[in-house]
Amino acid sequence: MLPPPIAIRVATEWLAARARWQPLEVAFWIVAFAAIWLFPDRHLILTEITWLGLFALSLDLILGYAGIISLGHAAFFGLGAYAAALLAKYEIINEPVLALLVAGLAAMALGFVTSFLVLRGSDLTRLMVTLGVALLLRELANRLGWLTGGADGLQGVSIKPVLGMFRFDMFGHTGYAYSLTVLFILFLIARRLVNSPFGLSLMSVKGNPLRASAIGISVDARLIAIYTVAAGFAGIAGALLAQTTSFASLEVFSFDRSADLLLVLIIGGAGYLYGGLIGAIIFKFMQDYLSALTPQYWPFWIGLVLVVIVLVGRDRITSWTAPFRRIASHLNWRALARHVAASSSERR
Amino acid sequence: MLTILFDGIAYGMLLFVLASGLAVTLGLMNFINLAHGSFAMAGGYVTVILVNRLGIPFFASLPLAFLASAAIGFLFERTLYAHVYKKSHLDQVLFTIGLVFMSVAATDYVMGSSQVFVQIPKFLQGQFEIYGIGIGRYRLLIIVLCGLLMVALQFILANTRFGSRLRAAVDDSRVARGLGINVNWVFALTFAFGSGLAGLGGALGAEILGLDPTFPLKFMIYFLIVVTVGGTSSITGPFLASLLLGIGDVAGKYYVPTLGSFVIYTIMIVVLIWRPQGLFSRAASR
Repeated sequence: MLPPPIAIRVATEWLAARARWQPLEVAFWIVAFAAIWLFPDRHLILTEITWLGLFALSLDLILGYAGIISLGHAAFFGLGAYAAALLAKYEIINEPVLALLVAGLAAMALGFVTSFLVLRGSDLTRLMVTLGVALLLRELANRLGWLTGGADGLQGVSIKPVLGMFRFDMFGHTGYAYSLTVLFILFLIARRLVNSPFGLSLMSVKGNPLRASAIGISVDARLIAIYTVAAGFAGIAGALLAQTTSFASLEVFSFDRSADLLLVLIIGGAGYLYGGLIGAIIFKFMQDYLSALTPQYWPFWIGLVLVVIVLVGRDRITSWTAPFRRIASHLNWRALARHVAASSSERR
Repeated sequence: MLTILFDGIAYGMLLFVLASGLAVTLGLMNFINLAHGSFAMAGGYVTVILVNRLGIPFFASLPLAFLASAAIGFLFERTLYAHVYKKSHLDQVLFTIGLVFMSVAATDYVMGSSQVFVQIPKFLQGQFEIYGIGIGRYRLLIIVLCGLLMVALQFILANTRFGSRLRAAVDDSRVARGLGINVNWVFALTFAFGSGLAGLGGALGAEILGLDPTFPLKFMIYFLIVVTVGGTSSITGPFLASLLLGIGDVAGKYYVPTLGSFVIYTIMIVVLIWRPQGLFSRAASR
């Protein structure tokens, strides 16, 4: 066994190596930002990809990293969307960035409160409780017609320019740049989070809650924390949708949305920060293509993809992302090995 | 007041027939089948086609709806579901949601998206009064039929050889296998039977619940409530749960219409937090 000081240094080094930026990652974000100038006529769909990617990232935090199956993640998304739309409509907060933050905080508050409900019980109870919360919120938005417009949706929302300078245009140019910036900032936070000791402890909770608690990790506290953070992310994703489309309807809470989201994450691969983003890109282009063929029967193809993915096996489907992961882990282990060798030769 | 109780009982009985198959699937294999409503929908549409288009009498079409759904259930169990039992809960959820979406879109394509009704015979329409209680004839039929089914189910489970095999497989499938019970076969038959019951429920309920392609999505949560609240260890648990749900839903919508489905969802969440293993089941949950 290594003496404590070295063990600590090795651990720090290992954490740092995990968190190091890979060239592929840098390239990914350069392309994403370059799209602002490269594809000006595709900004509307790119904006959709951005908020969907953020939403999937949020689900990944609880499903991929903490192992909580949720069928009602749309609850937080919808709350964020309605919060942002209401704030703008009644001119309570005119600055979109500030409204975005408030919407995220509202969703976080809801996430914190409901996180206690997902602590107990099996996968099935969690499924039903999350689904129930989303249904409750949908019913609430439906009933509070005087505030939310009920089944017609919240109309007549006008969003003020971002930071008082950038006006939202109908081609989605501002929308894309704005959403992408938000996504990037939140991605950095998520990246920091999962690469921290906290992130590692989450994965151990997912792996085996009993053993995790035996080595001194307080399982419930970790789950509450990550559920709250993920809810905030989902709320901001919903707020982005509301702000870029100037509209919010009951559909934001729908079951289909939560189910589609699972598909997005599964296509890209869960437990891997880029999984949600890659999944969102594939999903949106697939949707764009398939719904042009058969607009009404598009759910059939979603269903077919889900069934095929499960029958073939999720691991095999997402194995194409393996090179990314392998490079990442390979580099980490090499850095670690080098460091251990160096520190032990120093001592001799 | 009593009329509401009566309607609620009819509704609850219907839910029980629809959801009882799911109770077995969940209890026996610990398999989360969100697509249960699709089999119910299949039964409903079979009845609509038989009665409205082919002119077959309503009562003759009910057994046919049962058989059709059971056949579909058997086919799906053998070809698709059997591969998914061993997978994780996440996979099961994804798989069955996929089936729901496919069935919804396929039904939309074949039958159209509008709501359809079964032409029930003249003598079942309307209602009569006993001591001031309005009793719908059709609802009375449902209560009688579902009550008989409940008794029959209880008898099959408690007194037949198949029933005891099934209970053995539920309690401990490994030991049951060791005793030479073909658990896979028992399960396939039970799955088919449960799907058939769902189909029968769909056929009976088309008139009351309304039948359109989104049926599996709309009632998925109701079936799950029946099973999780009632527990999966007996028939009486889900039965009581569906009666409660039926009466609660009808009464809630009648007395406090502004709250809508709040009552049901809130009760469900409270029950699940309070007793995650179900209201009426034994404390030991696997």
